[in-house]
Amino acid sequence: MPDKIPDDSVGLVTPQTIQVTEPLSLISGQQLDSYTVIYETYGELNANRDNAVLICHALSGDHHAAGYHSMEDRKPGWWDSCIGPGKPIDTNKFFVVCVNNLGGCGGTTGPTSPMPGTDTLYGPDFPLVTVKDWVASQAQVSSLLGIEQWLAVIGGSLGGMQALQWAIDFPEKLKHAIVIASAPRLSAQNIAFNEVARQAILSDPEFHEGRYYEHDTIPSRGLRLARMLGHITYLSDEAMHKKFGRELRSGQLKYSFDVEFQVESYLRYQGESFIGRFDANTYLLMTKALDYFDPAGDYEGHLDKALQRALCKFFVVSFSSDWRFAPERSEEIVHALVKARRPVDYVAVDAHQGHDAFLLNIPYYIQAFHAYMDKVAGDIA
Amino acid sequence: MRVDLQVVREWIPENSHVLDLGCGDGTLLASLQESRSVTGYGLELSNDNIIQAIRRGVNVIQRDLNDGLSSFSEDGFDFILMTHALQVLKNPVAVIREMLTIGERAILTFPNFGHWRNRAYLGLKGKMPMSETLPHQWHNTPNIHMCTVKDFELLCKENGFKIEKKMIVDRNQREGIGLNILPNLLGEIAIYQITRR
Repeated sequence: MPDKIPDDSVGLVTPQTIQVTEPLSLISGQQLDSYTVIYETYGELNANRDNAVLICHALSGDHHAAGYHSMEDRKPGWWDSCIGPGKPIDTNKFFVVCVNNLGGCGGTTGPTSPMPGTDTLYGPDFPLVTVKDWVASQAQVSSLLGIEQWLAVIGGSLGGMQALQWAIDFPEKLKHAIVIASAPRLSAQNIAFNEVARQAILSDPEFHEGRYYEHDTIPSRGLRLARMLGHITYLSDEAMHKKFGRELRSGQLKYSFDVEFQVESYLRYQGESFIGRFDANTYLLMTKALDYFDPAGDYEGHLDKALQRALCKFFVVSFSSDWRFAPERSEEIVHALVKARRPVDYVAVDAHQGHDAFLLNIPYYIQAFHAYMDKVAGDIA
Repeated sequence: MRVDLQVVREWIPENSHVLDLGCGDGTLLASLQESRSVTGYGLELSNDNIIQAIRRGVNVIQRDLNDGLSSFSEDGFDFILMTHALQVLKNPVAVIREMLTIGERAILTFPNFGHWRNRAYLGLKGKMPMSETLPHQWHNTPNIHMCTVKDFELLCKENGFKIEKKMIVDRNQREGIGLNILPNLLGEIAIYQITRR
């Protein structure tokens, strides 16, 4: 709850919606005839319409990337550390757009939306979408917003994958792709973690084959476990040690299965607060989008061949203690870019915070991000 | 721009594709891009240099040269450059070998430890030489593998690196009768272009 909105905040913001009526053919073979997208914007679009940047969100993110919805909000948008006046994604210079992805649960059409022609919600009948589908839908939204070319497409983690896909699928429609704490495809270990998260949800008796809305319930146990598992992969061992160590909640061991260690309390809290704001079908769908992502797949496994299509400049960032998408994964992207002779700046940030570091105010990361975004601003006519 | 960088710039043909190892703040790459339409990338470790290089508009990749270069082996570089970085490497010979594997040619510059001022410093003061080029004390210097012009040429001979071009200069000028006659004594900075034999 901000008593006063900080000077470097975009302030109070209101989400907007847009209706896309042009059909979208999905990779799965299915089609969406029309859909709604919820999004937020910060800053002003200039007269030449060439200062627009697109922010792509990650697994549990949404369109609310910065600022506050009301003075009662406990926290600002998920990337408030990087978006705002004077911040790397400077709203004095850029017109910032962040959309909630298709299949999401923040207001864009997804499993929790009414299914056309029925009186029920989509639920498990919402088609599985891929990163490529998201990018295609974002391109449809761009046209409707009158943005011919993005000055930059920016994202962390799963968001970075969308930026990479943009560069390959719509080379003429962006000048810069910014890929932070991301990977060119998931490893077997990444997929394994996703599968455990999915099984937690799928095996919850309240899941009802995804039709839990009709049973007036939610698979809260499964969703809670999925989130707890996710949180372990977002933090590094060192970050957990620094944050919690072996600290006890009540000061002494109770020899029971109650919460004893602070880290247990933290995970339970994260799981608990997630079930109130996130939909289980969306979670399943998002993890599948992650698993399917493989831009090199269409090019015989050669990422450099995929990236030869790109016309934009790239900025890639990794964090030393990120074991979900380790620096080596970012370096795969960098090496493919070097092989494809595409412009790239790569910053390897030494940070103990793990995967979550991309959301945090880490001095060197922010300075380097600033330096690159100044270069991006230089491309405004 | 430092004298050795000026020389390197002249040695590189237009439109070459280069990899600059230890590219610092990107001065050389920026100048090559601008004046000779050279393309390429710089590898650098220091955070401060990375930020400056980004601001200069060059392609800079944060990486420790000691971690090896084999991942750049199929990238078709014409020249691998390394200016004033040889002396900080853990295993300089291994890196030079890799340079000649991933690129056609390598250009290296390094401070000549055989310069008379270093010899005099050690000889007269009996202490490890310090100067404008070598400002560190023995215990905090990043320069762990200093060599002389003679040492470097011997290394090339022993390892089968073919010297195609060389120039020994001092900090302020590149020509001088002394530099030609007694390069290892009078030259402060050595510049070599080498290739596989």
